Amino acid sequence: MSDLTQLTLRAALDGLKARDFSSEEITRAFVANIDAANPRLNAFVVQTTDKALAMARASDARLAKGEGRALEGAPLGIKDLFCTDGVQTTAGSNMLRGFVPPYESTVTANLWRDGAVMLGKLNMDEFAMGSSNETSAFGPVVNPWKSSASNADLTPGGSSGGSASAVAGDLCLAATASDTGGSIRQPAAFTGTVGMKPTYGRASRFGMVAFASSLDQAGPITKTVEDAAILLRSMCSYDAKDATSLDVETPDWTQSLGKSVKGLRIGVPKEYVVDGMPAEIQALWDQGIEWLKAAGCEIVPISLPHTKYALPAYYIIAPAEASSNLARYDGMRFGHRAEGTTSLTDLYETSRAEGFGKEVQRRLTIGAYVLSAGFYDAYYVRALKVRRRIAMDFDAVWDKVDAIVTPSTPSAAFALGDKQIDPLQMYLNDIFTVTANLAGLPGISVPAGLDKGGLPLGLQVIGKALDEATVFQVASALEDAAGFVAKPEKWW
Amino acid sequence: MAIDAATVRRVAHLARIKTPEDRLEPLAAELNGILAWIEQLNEVDVTGVEPMTSNVAQPMRLRDDVVTDGNKVADVLGNAPRSADGFFVVPKVVE
Amino acid sequence: MVSMTDNTKLIQGRTGPWEIVMGLEIHAQVASKAKLFSGAAVGFGAGPNEQVSLVDAGFPGMLPTLNKYCVEQAVRTGLGLNAQINRRSQFDRKNYFYPDLPTGYQISQLYFPIVGEGVVEVEAEDGSFFNVGIERLHLEQDAGKLIHDLSPTESYVDLNRAGTALMEIVSRPDIRSPEEAVAYVKKIRTILIYLGTCDGDMEKGNLRADVNVSVCREGQYAKYKATGDFSHLGTRCEIKNVNSFRFISQAINYEARRQIEILEDGGKIDQETRLYDPTAGETRSMRSKEEAMDYRYFPDPDLLPLELEQAWIDDIKASLPELPDAKRRRLMADYGLSQYDAVVLISEQAKADYFEAAAKGRDAKLVSNWVTNEVSARLAADGKDFSENPLPAAHVAQLVELIETNVISSKIAKQVFDLVWSGEGSPAEVVEKHGLKQVTDTGAIEKAIDEIIAANPDKAAGVAEKPQSLGWFVGQVMKATGGKANPAAVNDILKAKLGL
Repeated sequence: MSDLTQLTLRAALDGLKARDFSSEEITRAFVANIDAANPRLNAFVVQTTDKALAMARASDARLAKGEGRALEGAPLGIKDLFCTDGVQTTAGSNMLRGFVPPYESTVTANLWRDGAVMLGKLNMDEFAMGSSNETSAFGPVVNPWKSSASNADLTPGGSSGGSASAVAGDLCLAATASDTGGSIRQPAAFTGTVGMKPTYGRASRFGMVAFASSLDQAGPITKTVEDAAILLRSMCSYDAKDATSLDVETPDWTQSLGKSVKGLRIGVPKEYVVDGMPAEIQALWDQGIEWLKAAGCEIVPISLPHTKYALPAYYIIAPAEASSNLARYDGMRFGHRAEGTTSLTDLYETSRAEGFGKEVQRRLTIGAYVLSAGFYDAYYVRALKVRRRIAMDFDAVWDKVDAIVTPSTPSAAFALGDKQIDPLQMYLNDIFTVTANLAGLPGISVPAGLDKGGLPLGLQVIGKALDEATVFQVASALEDAAGFVAKPEKWW
Repeated sequence: MAIDAATVRRVAHLARIKTPEDRLEPLAAELNGILAWIEQLNEVDVTGVEPMTSNVAQPMRLRDDVVTDGNKVADVLGNAPRSADGFFVVPKVVE
Repeated sequence: MVSMTDNTKLIQGRTGPWEIVMGLEIHAQVASKAKLFSGAAVGFGAGPNEQVSLVDAGFPGMLPTLNKYCVEQAVRTGLGLNAQINRRSQFDRKNYFYPDLPTGYQISQLYFPIVGEGVVEVEAEDGSFFNVGIERLHLEQDAGKLIHDLSPTESYVDLNRAGTALMEIVSRPDIRSPEEAVAYVKKIRTILIYLGTCDGDMEKGNLRADVNVSVCREGQYAKYKATGDFSHLGTRCEIKNVNSFRFISQAINYEARRQIEILEDGGKIDQETRLYDPTAGETRSMRSKEEAMDYRYFPDPDLLPLELEQAWIDDIKASLPELPDAKRRRLMADYGLSQYDAVVLISEQAKADYFEAAAKGRDAKLVSNWVTNEVSARLAADGKDFSENPLPAAHVAQLVELIETNVISSKIAKQVFDLVWSGEGSPAEVVEKHGLKQVTDTGAIEKAIDEIIAANPDKAAGVAEKPQSLGWFVGQVMKATGGKANPAAVNDILKAKLGL
């Protein structure tokens, strides 16, 4: 049999159902891959091999009886942001080192309900704050891809860098991820994988370690658009435990795949042409537009005038929410508590200084500042108003277009260490993705080509709220047209 | 609205993050860089625009007044750095 | 309302008179089964951290969901306070670090509270009324509890109370004396109990008040009232969590004196939070000054705006019980009671109900007297209130009926009541069993009088000159009849026989 770990989720599910191989076999194959690769890629922070094998055997028993469920026997990686009952969950932070939740996030509970197998927990930027995975307390994840120009270790992007690297490196069939400003789509673009952020409220946030509640949304990172449609369906559900969860049906999005896009109107926003954008990105974008035109789409130039304000607004809103969401990490009930402190205040301040990394501290400080007396209206309320403007920009074009196509990122993966000095340079990674978070819209990144160094580049499709169907339809057309088959060399 | 070292000290304390004195100036410079970039929001005309706190347009659902949770002291205290006799234990709090 | 310059409200300082101005924040625990944002039980007496969900303990990824019953009680209370119900409100986070606050923020309602302005009519001790403006009522979470005496070096944290729903009722600075403050809290408490939205149990901390106290020179309050400009008033200090009527009064008296002394010594009041220490009888600063509070309120992104249907509000309104003020007016109108009697009766809903049950078709004033005197006194002696009253209202009705129909005298009635209270049966049964019926048979009374006159000819002869000695004869007759003779009949016959 060929290498099971190179299968798509779809193919693996078919093979499992047909009993071409067992869940235990494919699980063991992934465990072997992880064992071999993880010392270099650092994608997994926890391996739950015993649990995985037990789950795999249970799946095999079900499959033997013909009782396989939607994800029966499929070995997945779980971003360490999702609380997993009895399995350490740290969100990439020293603050939560050793934290074992006695509960399961709704998203992962849905996966186990559908028969999936957990291989372990995936590395990430600390509390999802980062675009290169360098803020993780467990060290950066390394991108399986290397540039032909250099042997330097590259970032897989962030914050879901572990998820992207694991999927690209065949360490799991697919992975869960989360996206607050681009944390699914940017790493997907950097690793030649598909990353889908659904409409805000589709996937429950219950049991997901919060970064910025009004923006956080779970989604999959997978090898194909179809895999993303399959995994997203299992992840999403209406959840009474999350007040912002949408009480809507979760459709079977695989129905949208391969459907003709003829007649669909595709918006191309002029504001997404940004200063200093590499020519290759523009070329890829132009190519994507050509593909869709060739497939019968109508290309509509549009304007989303407030696009350039999205990142600055995001860097007020997200830190503000985070500064409050992360106040619970105080060393009192769980998490890191400093030793030898002299007072309650000292305990708080030292525990948090020791437990949080530099970027998290930076954002918590910004967040506290923009909410503090005298600045609330000038910064926070203004940012919320700008956010509304950005959402209104989108509202204004939906009668003219069915979906919007943009590049996913302003560059290909960069070397680890490259942008660590200047936080602003790092923040610009999310320039094309963050608008969808602010407006709550579904967005997907599809690998569409390689840059001159042989590194993958992605195109993003943004759709109307709850219209993932069209997003998948367009993404599927781009995937077909691009015929992206490149894989990173297994150099580890 | 430039941030100085004193402001960083105050805000770091609000956020309960111990910040050594020699870090205050560099942090102030960093934050000023970020805030200067954020200042571009002032270019946007937001007159008459309602602040957008959520992407969800629906009103809030309410749950029934039924006891469905609790009686899980072991779970509640299971990750505590210190606990005793069913309580969390913290340094002496002086009011 | 009592006039602004009423001297009884002034405090004489060394340098002249001062006025006190107060606004109260009453925290009333919603009488719900589960917490405001979690499904853990609300209650008293559970073991440490037993009534705690992981939501209450602020675990990563835990999210709040809103208890409908608590929302309903807030609306109900708002309606009971004659206040504006806001069909759209919002929850905000109040951020601060404290070991009894697991998430590092309290979910409250700063910017858009569920209930807006209202007004409450309060009876002063002298029977006059004054109005206290309600600024708002909002829903918020209670914090947990710190226990300091289990270890000399550490504090213990119990989160059972954390997340319990509170209604914070914020008054305008319309309260002008410790007595008014107490009367206001009593009134709010009565309304809450009538509405059933809070049990009003101050001992358990289910109702507690923060008192904002300031002092100003005579006449300054009138200027504030005229202009709405707070700068006419003094700097206020907030005394936190005062949980008894007595302490409210003591704390205010102490705090006002403290502020006046500072001002008269040329000092300045620091706006701060203070704690009342009942043992020392003083207030003291709670949080150090360097700890300038900056709560960084912002809308809770885990929750959505709370929107209420008008029809739902109308349904709640339709289900409201008769409230104390309406009941007071009706008792006065329907039963001809004095304001004083009506106020005493409505102070407890069960007392008023008891009165009404007994008063049907009877002399209402007499029933009121029995209810507010004898019955109340017995209950108080047993440490009970009217909701635990063992005596059926029908017994009081029957007792009054026996008095009204001259079956027993008022004096005998007291004896009958004692026997009824001690469980000997209904008043009629007791009267029958103990032969306590009033003697109205004039023949029997005449016979007794004749015998007494015959035995005391000198006294009888002297009555004409000494009419006050008639009382002696009445006493003798009553003694001879075992107190059962109808006093009016005795009087009439005696007068006739003695030629008066």
